[in-house]
Amino acid sequence: MQLRGGDLACERGGRLVFAGLNFALAGGEALVVTGRNGAGKSSLLRVLGGLLRHSAGRIELSGGADEATLAEQSHYLGHLDAVKPSLSVSENLLFWTTYLGGPRGAAIRPALDAVDLAGLADLPAAYLSAGQKRRLSIARLVAVRRPVWLLDEPTSALDTPSQERLAGLMRDHLGSGGMIVAAAHGPIGLDGARELRLGRPAEPMS
Amino acid sequence: MSPFLALLARDMRLAVRVGGGALMGALFYFIVVAMMPFAIGPDLNLLARIGPAILWLGALLASLLALDRLFATDHEDGSLDLLMMGAMPLELAVAAKAIAHWLTTAVPLIVITPVLGLMLNIDMSSMGWVALTLLAGTPALTFIGLIGAALAVALRRGGLLLAVLVLPLTIPVLIFGVAAANAALVGPAPFGPPFTILCALSLASLVLGPVAAAAALRQGLE
Amino acid sequence: MAVIDLANPTRFLTLVDRVLPWLAGVTALVFAYGLYRVVGAPDDYQQGATVKIMYLHVPGAWLGMMGWGVMTVAALGTLVWRHPLADVAGKAAAPIGAAFTFICLATGMLWGRPMWGTYWVWDARLTSVLVLFLLYLGMLALYWTADDPNRSTRAAAILALVGAVNIPIIKFSVDWWNTLHQPASVVRMGGAAIDSSILVPLLIMTLAFTLLFFTLHFAAMRNEILRRRVRSMRMMQARESDT
Repeated sequence: MQLRGGDLACERGGRLVFAGLNFALAGGEALVVTGRNGAGKSSLLRVLGGLLRHSAGRIELSGGADEATLAEQSHYLGHLDAVKPSLSVSENLLFWTTYLGGPRGAAIRPALDAVDLAGLADLPAAYLSAGQKRRLSIARLVAVRRPVWLLDEPTSALDTPSQERLAGLMRDHLGSGGMIVAAAHGPIGLDGARELRLGRPAEPMS
Repeated sequence: MSPFLALLARDMRLAVRVGGGALMGALFYFIVVAMMPFAIGPDLNLLARIGPAILWLGALLASLLALDRLFATDHEDGSLDLLMMGAMPLELAVAAKAIAHWLTTAVPLIVITPVLGLMLNIDMSSMGWVALTLLAGTPALTFIGLIGAALAVALRRGGLLLAVLVLPLTIPVLIFGVAAANAALVGPAPFGPPFTILCALSLASLVLGPVAAAAALRQGLE
Repeated sequence: MAVIDLANPTRFLTLVDRVLPWLAGVTALVFAYGLYRVVGAPDDYQQGATVKIMYLHVPGAWLGMMGWGVMTVAALGTLVWRHPLADVAGKAAAPIGAAFTFICLATGMLWGRPMWGTYWVWDARLTSVLVLFLLYLGMLALYWTADDPNRSTRAAAILALVGAVNIPIIKFSVDWWNTLHQPASVVRMGGAAIDSSILVPLLIMTLAFTLLFFTLHFAAMRNEILRRRVRSMRMMQARESDT
């Protein structure tokens, strides 16, 4: 399984965010996207997730499910948690699991256990702290198996134990042949991850 | 459960939970209709004559204004991004949300219509027909309004913009809805033709609304 | 027990637990006596037994207005004295007041059918009650929309006060609007002097319904306090598991 981006460029609001971007990623590999604010880290992730159009270049995913697009095989963890405050923790997770095509009658418990929220399963999500909402958001990556994880600063709002737990989840995902593209300012606890540094649009590096 | 039903059930659940807007549409409808006689005067004969028009205008405004937040909340909390990444086409997701909205907003509105009919001195025996025209016509209002709701999110504007964009598009629904209701109440024109056209408008918007709304949402991607 | 002690919700709960059975009992007794007197009351020579709707209709109108009065006092308690129970009292009164207003409207419509030949005419009194009902619905919508009870507190208090100031103005305008359109031809309910054989049962029934209002109000306040406790305990649960 391989994810490859060639000569990618992205425009937002008439401004060139990045251009001439090349990367390749195989199953079990992680790519950490770094760069200063506004360098286009988030835009790159949204382009990969099909949430933003790229103005030039191509993205190829080979070796995955034939029919499905990259977006349908990706998990996107953005800045927003997509958690509804009036639904309970388990209702939130169950909805996204069903919607994103998780296994029928999916077991929600193991996923909540993985992010240490099992004790709060029946609580309205409104009562959760920012970190807990973030963990609930991460739980859907565990509950539904999708080969590509697109993580936008995944460690934000998480305390140290939660960051370690997330790192463990990411290692498990890579170990089972998945891929991770993560935007980050600092280390996210992945050893041996490759780095893609986004600079000025004129001088792309790979 | 399929993704379609899951989304439908989630939106209905959100609507009836605290903070949801399930009964707001019906409430607005009730207030608007109840206020009309203060402007028109309490002449029962006059009210009976223009009653169907009042009910239809109230239903039109209530359906559209309640649509304002349909996509906005999902956009603000990041749900919209994930909705786009499901295996189900966005058109179907949008349709699921619209059906949930119709069930939680328009159906209560239709249920209270007979009570409002009493206040407007509309004949009890024909009240069912007026409610039937609303039942047939409100899906068209919801699914046309859906396009406006999607455009409002894409343009990052809400509120009155939606009404301004969509109200002109609903004129055919209003014409045939009131015509069918009047035909049922006073005649002499037959009820069938305007009612059939009303049903046709609803069925057509059932198809066109989600397609256009999904396109608007995709255009608005940022 | 001084009034100030009741500021403590726990004391208030103890008091409610002690008072509520007695209040409910007295309510039932007064109702029993009132209904007995109502059965014995004479029928109207024109309306027949239909006039007995009045024993439901008039208390409904009174309690609909009193409910807003309770909310106004509670609103002052919230805004001026910051009494911790005031908000609970206001929130508990809203649905009960709305329910009694609805009873007044519904019985008014049923009464109107034989009197006016139609369920609804835009009679000044009935219309004023309708506007009161609309105000109640707005209040309920406000409570319903705010997911955080602390945030809805002051908003609801302000709305209650604005409503209280507005109700006389609304009443006046509706009367004026009505006479403008229908000069004096409308049949007015209870316009003439009422005979004591009708008035006494009516007063007893009004007392019974007022007692019922307070029984329900105390029970609703207790429920609201417990609901808020459940809420804060669940928030605590979420916070504890966070560490």
